[in-house]
Amino acid sequence: MSTEFMTEHSTEYKVIGTRPVRHDGSDKVTGKAVYTDDLHLPNMAFGAFVRSPHAHAKIVSIDTSQAEDMPGVLATCTSADLPDPWDKVDDLGEGCVNYAHLSGNVLARGKALYKGHAVAAVVATDSHLAEEAASRIRVEYEPLPATTWVLDAMKEDAPLLHDDLITHTLDDAPAKPSNIESHIRFEKGNIEEGFAAADVIVEREFKTATVHQGYIEPHVSVASWNEDGRLKIWTATQGSFVVRQQMAALLKMPISQITIVPCEIGGGFGGKISVYEQPVAAVLSRKCGRPVKIIMRRDEVFEATGPTPGSFMRVKIGATKEGKLTAGEAWLAFDAGAFPGGVIGPGCMCVFSCYDLPNAAVDGFDVVLNKPKTQAYRAPGSTHVAFAAESVIDELAVQLDIDPIEFRLKNAAVEGTRRVDGPVYPRVGLVECLEAVKNSEHWKSTLSGPNRGRGVACGFWFNAGLKSSVTASVNPDGTVTLVEGSTDIGGTRTSIAMQLAETLGISAEDVIPQVADTDSVGFTDVTGGSRTTFATGLAAHEAALDIQRQMMERAAQIWECDTGDVEVREGVYRGNDESLTFSELALKADSVGEAIIGRGAVDPQVSTNAFAVHLVDVEVDPETGKVTILRYTASQDAGTAIHPSYVEGQIQGGSVQGIGWALNEEYFYDDDGHVRNASFLDYRMPTCYDVPMIETIIVEVPNPDHPYGVRGVGEVSIVPPPPAIASAIQRATGIRLTDLPMSPPKLWRAINNGE
Amino acid sequence: MIDFEYTAPTQLDDAISQLSEAGDRARILAGGTDIIVQLREGLQSADLVVDVKKIPELTQFEFTAGQDLQLGASVPCWQVYENSEISAAYTALTDAVHIIGGWQIQSRASVGGNLCNASPAADSIPALIALDAVAHIAGPAGRRTVPASEFCTAPGRNVLEKGELLVSLTLPAPGPHSGSAYQRFIPRNEMDIAVVGAGSYVRLDSDGQKIEQARIALSAVAATPVFAEEASNWLAGQPISEDVFAEAGELAKKVASPIDDMRGPAEYRTHLVGVLTRRTLATACERART
Amino acid sequence: MKTHVSTTINGEAVEFLCQPRQSLLEILRDELSLTGCKEGCNNGNCGACTVILNGLPVDSCLVLAVEVEGANIETVEGVAQQRQLHPVQQCFLEGAALQCGICTPGFIMTSKALLEKHPAPDEEEIRFSLAGNLCRCTGYDKIVHAVQAAAESAPAPK
Repeated sequence: MSTEFMTEHSTEYKVIGTRPVRHDGSDKVTGKAVYTDDLHLPNMAFGAFVRSPHAHAKIVSIDTSQAEDMPGVLATCTSADLPDPWDKVDDLGEGCVNYAHLSGNVLARGKALYKGHAVAAVVATDSHLAEEAASRIRVEYEPLPATTWVLDAMKEDAPLLHDDLITHTLDDAPAKPSNIESHIRFEKGNIEEGFAAADVIVEREFKTATVHQGYIEPHVSVASWNEDGRLKIWTATQGSFVVRQQMAALLKMPISQITIVPCEIGGGFGGKISVYEQPVAAVLSRKCGRPVKIIMRRDEVFEATGPTPGSFMRVKIGATKEGKLTAGEAWLAFDAGAFPGGVIGPGCMCVFSCYDLPNAAVDGFDVVLNKPKTQAYRAPGSTHVAFAAESVIDELAVQLDIDPIEFRLKNAAVEGTRRVDGPVYPRVGLVECLEAVKNSEHWKSTLSGPNRGRGVACGFWFNAGLKSSVTASVNPDGTVTLVEGSTDIGGTRTSIAMQLAETLGISAEDVIPQVADTDSVGFTDVTGGSRTTFATGLAAHEAALDIQRQMMERAAQIWECDTGDVEVREGVYRGNDESLTFSELALKADSVGEAIIGRGAVDPQVSTNAFAVHLVDVEVDPETGKVTILRYTASQDAGTAIHPSYVEGQIQGGSVQGIGWALNEEYFYDDDGHVRNASFLDYRMPTCYDVPMIETIIVEVPNPDHPYGVRGVGEVSIVPPPPAIASAIQRATGIRLTDLPMSPPKLWRAINNGE
Repeated sequence: MIDFEYTAPTQLDDAISQLSEAGDRARILAGGTDIIVQLREGLQSADLVVDVKKIPELTQFEFTAGQDLQLGASVPCWQVYENSEISAAYTALTDAVHIIGGWQIQSRASVGGNLCNASPAADSIPALIALDAVAHIAGPAGRRTVPASEFCTAPGRNVLEKGELLVSLTLPAPGPHSGSAYQRFIPRNEMDIAVVGAGSYVRLDSDGQKIEQARIALSAVAATPVFAEEASNWLAGQPISEDVFAEAGELAKKVASPIDDMRGPAEYRTHLVGVLTRRTLATACERART
Repeated sequence: MKTHVSTTINGEAVEFLCQPRQSLLEILRDELSLTGCKEGCNNGNCGACTVILNGLPVDSCLVLAVEVEGANIETVEGVAQQRQLHPVQQCFLEGAALQCGICTPGFIMTSKALLEKHPAPDEEEIRFSLAGNLCRCTGYDKIVHAVQAAAESAPAPK
């Protein structure tokens, strides 16, 4: 069930807000869509990795000779085959990368820093042979002590991962290296005064486990490094241009020599931005002179690609007895994995982002330890901190005996609220989301029965702008071919095409969108940050306006009048007592002049500020500690829902990922720093048998920074589920869990100790 | 995965001779849902894989004159739960085979294969033990039988000797006023490995007031699935009550010596033995009465 | 050494050579260019490689290609008939029951098998039957709705 909750805009759109069949849909339900692993190039060879069996070890030697002697083995490579890396930092749209670290993550240099760290690779004529050859590469290790928990890694005597890591801090730089990459601090107002003004203060500590994005398609690439020096890579990526950027830096070659072809991508959620196998496939291709495919096994995906951090958090919030928040303080330590640059920054910015908090201070630490390098995962960092902050907010509401929605409404961030990290919100829709939930049938319904409880929580994500480019060509049959650089993970071909169609006054079906390679369209940032429908949609709108201008000129030429005398409304061009529809004009235009091609290139430097409020009913089996989700409602401010079905889909998908994070998903580490559950079987993502229907309420508070009011909808829905479920469990059992996941043994133990 | 030779004999004798010849280097393939993964992941290796799905004796099932079920070792899960006679008589087994993996797994995985794979957490084995199943083994030295409760010897190990294979299982007729149930605890609702599994069989007196005979078996709490003998014996003659079930659960805990791992801490597993024993006994009694 | 296998795929007689270690998934994708079935985990935990083998959904990564001698196999490529989408495909499309689409062929195959067995499944049956197929994008809501819609839209073909 879905409800739309309109607020301000009453504009009559023709295309926006409708639910056309997506352009790539037929290919995807018939198996025709081409994903990277579906490519089979002539003379293609297959690569496989050798990975560290140790969580931390010095690499003493690597002997590839036995593998190279096998018939059918074409080449091997190690980090020695990559150019010496530069210590250079680049922004990839959902976070920055240091190329020295990235190179060391792609193939370990000197030390293996986590179990599964790639150490060498081999290419052979068939994939089984490559696996066999990989097993014959002999690597001698000298194991070192390892650490996989963030607070342990911060200790003075913790095993050091990087000898040269000196903490970046506002204070004086420490003299000695440590595992702490940086200490961030944000302050607002005066927290001492704020807490002094509080009648109630709640302070709690929270822990969250490492979790993975869990896309179903493993990382896979085909690289062909040809004799003319040109490198072409077909890959599963959220951003073909950022792959090009990373490849050029890692391989020290001009970007113009590299073409990245984005194939259909089987999910990413932030995890398919960094390169892993691409540089290795490229080097192996150069060495063997053939196209090389590398597909990771699922265990490799879990052990060696971007999970999102485990964390320790302490949050303290004070409120008056009337329910007004007075101050908040947060101390956050996130693990970055084996290399610096986790998601602590957004974590610090998001922790109090839902509230008008007059006094606040946040300290954040980015900490390296012996786990795979962490990556963005859908609203990176925000889910962690929402679990902490929203749990404390809920406990305050309980202590003050104020309804949890009313308590949030009293303190909700609104236009003009300044976040702890500085920015002041423009018009945002948190209050509307809270009101939507408050008015929902779900909230008004009574939840009865033993061991049941209801929880509510808010979530925030910035949503990014960044660069997008499109070109659009008018065809003589009245259709428009739209070429875009944004890889389509979840239906954005259609949400972008619909905006072009709306502007031109044609139907969504009359736009033919396609995702192009890096030689065929202008620079476009990643499909991430909830930015694609917003920013690439904006580029499409610009391209449509460009087309419209040219069409008006052409009409004037045909009608022999001034361009200024031509008007266009809903796709009908009028002037000189004549009129032509878009498609009629397209046909005529084709016969009297050059092609009409529109361009759109944008770089909006804004956050579009997404808020969500979720409501959940649970039932706890007190004998086993298992939680069943009985009912789930998610409201979210979409700004404007371009294609409501796919907006709902994003909300539902994020909610279920959040439910998985809340209840069962975790990297289970043993004492040796090995992940013991690197499979879909034991990682336990929700199946459809674990969740109910996810009811959605699309709130539309149009974004002032977009012609159609789009805010982007991809990420924020993952944020509220853990705290909403924690609060529901608290209502059901009286117990507040502060560790994620809230798995059955933990809840059972808590219930048991309570008795 | 390292390559191997593949045969699919149609005669039991051929299978035995092929298995005997290859000795330790042979592996048996029925539904393949375990062995293929193990070969792929290098947990097992083989020079010869013998596909036993073309041998009639292994693929058939029938009720004998005494109403015992003779179940071919490679009969897949779905044939068990879709057969109304089997599912009515052996509900514990039906409960188990309906939740081994998802539907795709049940299309291929066999009860015999689940037994031979000898996972401590296997779903069908507690059901087989509770139902007092007997395994029929054929090999170069002829045929022999082994109770299901003694079939597994260690994680991934069983009583099969070189050249032997499991041909079928006999599940005795459950008898009047009887019922059985299997339940496992998993964090998800499907597609998970048992944190603890429990199978219970009961036969009641003709009034349905007292338990005359009971068999309880557990999985994921020891190196192999185990028969909870003391708890089972204690139940004979007991009235049907929640207290009795709970007491049986306490007694069943005595055979549990679980490990701590990613699927659950030991203390929790032991606790779950009590819960699941009680719950399966209640369901089994309920079924026995209807 | 390679083994010769004769089988029927989507109604057509097909022959191929394979090594015993090669899975049906590998052969379908790499030898026969039927790349609609996907590799998600290669150990039977995600269902992306689901095909229908002799009338039953199976994970093709857990079938050796040598085992399918004489078998009848349906893959996603054979589901649409005479350029007409199957009701399940149509309902997935119209109901926005896919996002990235990598799991979609597997869901289509299991859903089709379900409706052939139970033309009018309830939500519980649908969710239970589809539990062997993982989707990380949709939260399953629209998938379940699409299967319900397909059940309502057409009498399931026998």
